[in-house]
Amino acid sequence: MAGAVKRLAKEICEKNRGARQLALIGIHKRGVPLAWRIADEMRGMDCTEVLVGTVDITQYRDDLAMMKMVPKLEGSDIPFDIDDAQVVLCDEVLFTGRSVRAAINELLDHGRPARVQLAVLIDRDGREFPIQPDYIGERVTIGPEERVAVRFEEVDGDDAVHVQTSKAVK
Amino acid sequence: MNPRKDLLDIQSLTDEEITFVLENAVPFKDLFRRSVKKVPTLKGRTMLTLFYEPSTRTRSSFEVAASRLSADVTHFDVESSSVVKGESVLDTVETLEAMRVDYIVVRHKQAGIPNLIAKNTAASVINAGDGWHAHPTQALLDGFTLREVFKDTRGARCLIVGDIQHSRVARSTSLLLRRLGMNMAYLAPGSLMPREVPQEVAQFGNWTDALEWKPDVVYLLRVQSERLEEPFFPSAAEYHKNYGLTDARVQILRERGIYLMHPGPVNRGVEITDKGMDYERSLINAQVENGIAVRMSVLYWLRPGA
Repeated sequence: MAGAVKRLAKEICEKNRGARQLALIGIHKRGVPLAWRIADEMRGMDCTEVLVGTVDITQYRDDLAMMKMVPKLEGSDIPFDIDDAQVVLCDEVLFTGRSVRAAINELLDHGRPARVQLAVLIDRDGREFPIQPDYIGERVTIGPEERVAVRFEEVDGDDAVHVQTSKAVK
Repeated sequence: MNPRKDLLDIQSLTDEEITFVLENAVPFKDLFRRSVKKVPTLKGRTMLTLFYEPSTRTRSSFEVAASRLSADVTHFDVESSSVVKGESVLDTVETLEAMRVDYIVVRHKQAGIPNLIAKNTAASVINAGDGWHAHPTQALLDGFTLREVFKDTRGARCLIVGDIQHSRVARSTSLLLRRLGMNMAYLAPGSLMPREVPQEVAQFGNWTDALEWKPDVVYLLRVQSERLEEPFFPSAAEYHKNYGLTDARVQILRERGIYLMHPGPVNRGVEITDKGMDYERSLINAQVENGIAVRMSVLYWLRPGA
């Protein structure tokens, strides 16, 4: 995982050289530790200064009424102005693209960024929306019944990437 | 958290549900500082307010809350003068069923009407005040407000002052604050003190004794002007002198750093004075703002048909 994070940091750094304001915004829950780790790596490189924020997309989900349980809200925290900023959304896995759709909608209610890019640790098949990542840590090819579970020490106690069949997940 | 269909009182809520609603209200309140104060959470849903008793504040608070969740808002006009019987309430509910509204917010002068409506509709019903019985969203917003003030509400002391006997606010808020671990006391004229007060709630008949109990919060109830005509009720001047927050009492609150609350609307010159309204530790405006966030959180949690 460390290698993939370093790679993401390097690419984001290179592609955004000279940006007036660069912000990494992690999508709850595991996009948040990813954003912080990329930012930490970038601070060790010769990069534009980078800000970090978080979005909790629950209020923007399209499947709330279908969920059995009502999710607890974590809240979004973007303690800076995103107008005209270069924003890189960070998420641990890109699957259907629905979370990213929700995150973009939420972002636009916070302001008007100059550009929005997408960084993911794992890119997998199964897109339901025309959304593609700008930065990819690893690409995996797995079937629709399988699920990628990424664990971060900050939230889960250890770092790991697992592929599970959805039955095992339930 | 499992969704619930209705919110009818505080009593039926678990501690986990209370915490869930209060904690979720925080991110809803954060929205108020954004340029776009609205989220699409309840897009396509309809909330209807059904008020058999007039109330501009509670109603508009619910309406703003629903609008900020992108729900559509409708008001069902009920003539406040007409005496509404059980049957006609159910007739109204049948009409609302046909309109397929998702949330019904009810206020009625008779206790139990929201429960009756809830049993007869698939829509989520929120009790916005029924007789002397309950006003759960008021209690939740009061709890939210005090959680913002005290990092830990446990052990904090709240004194409720006024017509406890006829107050659904006193009932619901007192219950909720006790659930948050607070100590409660009532200050009321003997004729307005309920006959049965829970054992853990202290009772006082005058300000001197009540202030010796060392409250952290003084919660004034509104004096209902129509009650001033009733035989056992003191006159406005008499009430003010003995039970109101006079200017001298505002000064005592100030010296002791005591917070002030009131569910609104206030009667200046009866339970409070102009100086009381300008008191720097008044939480009255915070209560209004928090009311919207807490009602958003309640609408988010309830689920029609659940």
